[in-house]
Amino acid sequence: MKKLFAFVLAVMMVMSMLAGCGASESAPAADAPVAEAGAIKLGMCGPLTGGAAVYGTAVQAGMEIAVEEINAKGGLQFALNCQDDEHDTEKAANAYNTLKDWGMQIMAGPVTTAPSNVVAGECANDQIFMLTPSASGASVIEYGDNIFQICFTDPNQGTASADYMATHDLGTTIGVIYDSSDVYSSGIFDKFMTQAEANGLNVACEASFTGDNKSDLTTQVTQCKEAGCDVVFLPFYATEAAQVLTYADKIGYKPVFFGCDGMDGILTVEGFDPALAEGLMLLTPFSADAEDEATKSFVAKFQEKTGIVPNQFAADAYDVIYALAQACENAGVTADMSATDINAKLIEQFTSMTFDGLTGAGMTWAATGEVSKTPMAVVIENGVYVGVE
Amino acid sequence: MSFLQYLINGISIGAVYAIIALGYTMVYGIAKMLNFAHGDVIMVGAYVSYCVTSYLGMPAIVSILVAVVACTVLGIVIEGLAYKPLRGTPSLAVLITAIGVSYFLQNAAQLIFGSAPKNFKSIVTMQPLTLFGGGLTITGEVIITIAICVAIMVGLTLFTSKTRMGKAMRAVSEDRAAAQLMGINVNQTISLTFAIGSALAAVAGVLLCSTVPTLMPTTGAMPGIRAFTAAVFGGIGSIPGAMLGGILLGIIETFSKAYISTQFSDAIVFSVLIIILLVKPAGLLGKQIQEKV
Repeated sequence: MKKLFAFVLAVMMVMSMLAGCGASESAPAADAPVAEAGAIKLGMCGPLTGGAAVYGTAVQAGMEIAVEEINAKGGLQFALNCQDDEHDTEKAANAYNTLKDWGMQIMAGPVTTAPSNVVAGECANDQIFMLTPSASGASVIEYGDNIFQICFTDPNQGTASADYMATHDLGTTIGVIYDSSDVYSSGIFDKFMTQAEANGLNVACEASFTGDNKSDLTTQVTQCKEAGCDVVFLPFYATEAAQVLTYADKIGYKPVFFGCDGMDGILTVEGFDPALAEGLMLLTPFSADAEDEATKSFVAKFQEKTGIVPNQFAADAYDVIYALAQACENAGVTADMSATDINAKLIEQFTSMTFDGLTGAGMTWAATGEVSKTPMAVVIENGVYVGVE
Repeated sequence: MSFLQYLINGISIGAVYAIIALGYTMVYGIAKMLNFAHGDVIMVGAYVSYCVTSYLGMPAIVSILVAVVACTVLGIVIEGLAYKPLRGTPSLAVLITAIGVSYFLQNAAQLIFGSAPKNFKSIVTMQPLTLFGGGLTITGEVIITIAICVAIMVGLTLFTSKTRMGKAMRAVSEDRAAAQLMGINVNQTISLTFAIGSALAAVAGVLLCSTVPTLMPTTGAMPGIRAFTAAVFGGIGSIPGAMLGGILLGIIETFSKAYISTQFSDAIVFSVLIIILLVKPAGLLGKQIQEKV
């Protein structure tokens, strides 16, 4: 018997070692920056693994494409170093320190809001310029003058969603489900409710969940159904949204589901049946089916690289790199400048320049770090995003 | 009508808790240890079933059988490697080992499957029943879960009361030393208990993920803790107690979400438990054992 156990133990060890190899191969960018000497060092951290990995990996791929394009042009050169924070504040602090040790000059991250609250504080202290592609919490940009966002802030998403529902005839009775333990979700929820009241919308059901009991959302969906809601607002991430959509389908409940940018990525959740997301609406500044040249080229490159259609996170990430490139060129930033000098030059640029990217034309930034651009609504039809008016 | 809908949802999730709680309660009753790795065996069962259906393209029923076999083997291996060498040492040592096994399983799953959640496709293909003109919907998962739960309950009761092995289990649970003196192989009986408990965990894992499709390495942790609470609530060591505790816990959880607050449902559930345990410290169906000196 003992021998058998020893054998099984040995097999398990070998298996875990093999699995370990697999994992390290899939994250090559962790220690392998894209370009070398003479390049401005960009740091990024995000959830490359874990529950929010869809966003982190999309951002990483989007940034890598942009960096490759810029480096290929000659002139300005970027080196990109992506660290994993698993959407965890403590790991984000470690990732930040790793990047600083590497000699990061500009922070092009983090991806999600909770880690950004930590990293933004550090960037403000260390005077390292930070431009986040997708951390949309309102608190993120409050840490200092050198923290900028390229995505909408959460409150804006809540307000814009309520405005969209008021001006478009989606339904008469609205239900909201949100994650009260998550700043992103509750931030959108608060603003949405304020604006919904101002717009005279009929919100018949408010259901919430927390990080500890999000494994069972059947009651919340049933509550919306019982309240007769024909529009259900879901301001949270795709993993939980997949649960809501699956259960609603089972009980034959078919309202219009409406999400924010966190919903982006739902089509890439492994094992999720895209047919369930049919008709799902979300507010996003980017739609992969847009006809302009820049979007088409980006979508093609992204598909070639990852095999999937890019979501808004990938496009935001791509824009981050180009916005930084534009600012660096305008200000004459070079690789031998200190992070603090670059910081001062970039703040001046960002508060004065206008940037045209994939996620909007004529973007401008307020001194607070908040971006101004227009959101647009998309609906999922036949498994792809289609823009709607 | 909504009351009935919530009640059915509550019984359904409660039935899953009950099946998990059976594993806790049997192991506690017989080996006198808390197997905190039980929740993670559920997760392993669900992953095995997911792999068999998604990657090998096998039908759902095969995937359940494979999951049951895999978890049974896993349960026996865990018992043999981690718990058996510690038999006779203070119970705290075994408890800490169990927590270690729990972490090992979670991290091994993270290495093998990655930590990105997978969407578990329900094994139930049955169409939902719609009653009262759409007012009440009973999904196929609910019916199957409750049916399997009742079947397991009946089967286990028959097993422990009628078969030789079942009787041996009860004997070991009552007095291990006396059972050994009577010629019962205690080690074998304990391994058998782990095997049955883990097989039930596999079934619970598949049912849990059919109802709640998010599958990730920590999927088993929270339901495991709830089921453990259910086992204590019903009276740990008692098989009918685990069933009753699980189902009541599911119903209380769903009702407090539906009628009081979705946000504080956990606080309410656990307060109810504290109150009941204050009044009945041995749990609802637990035996009050008088220690004779």
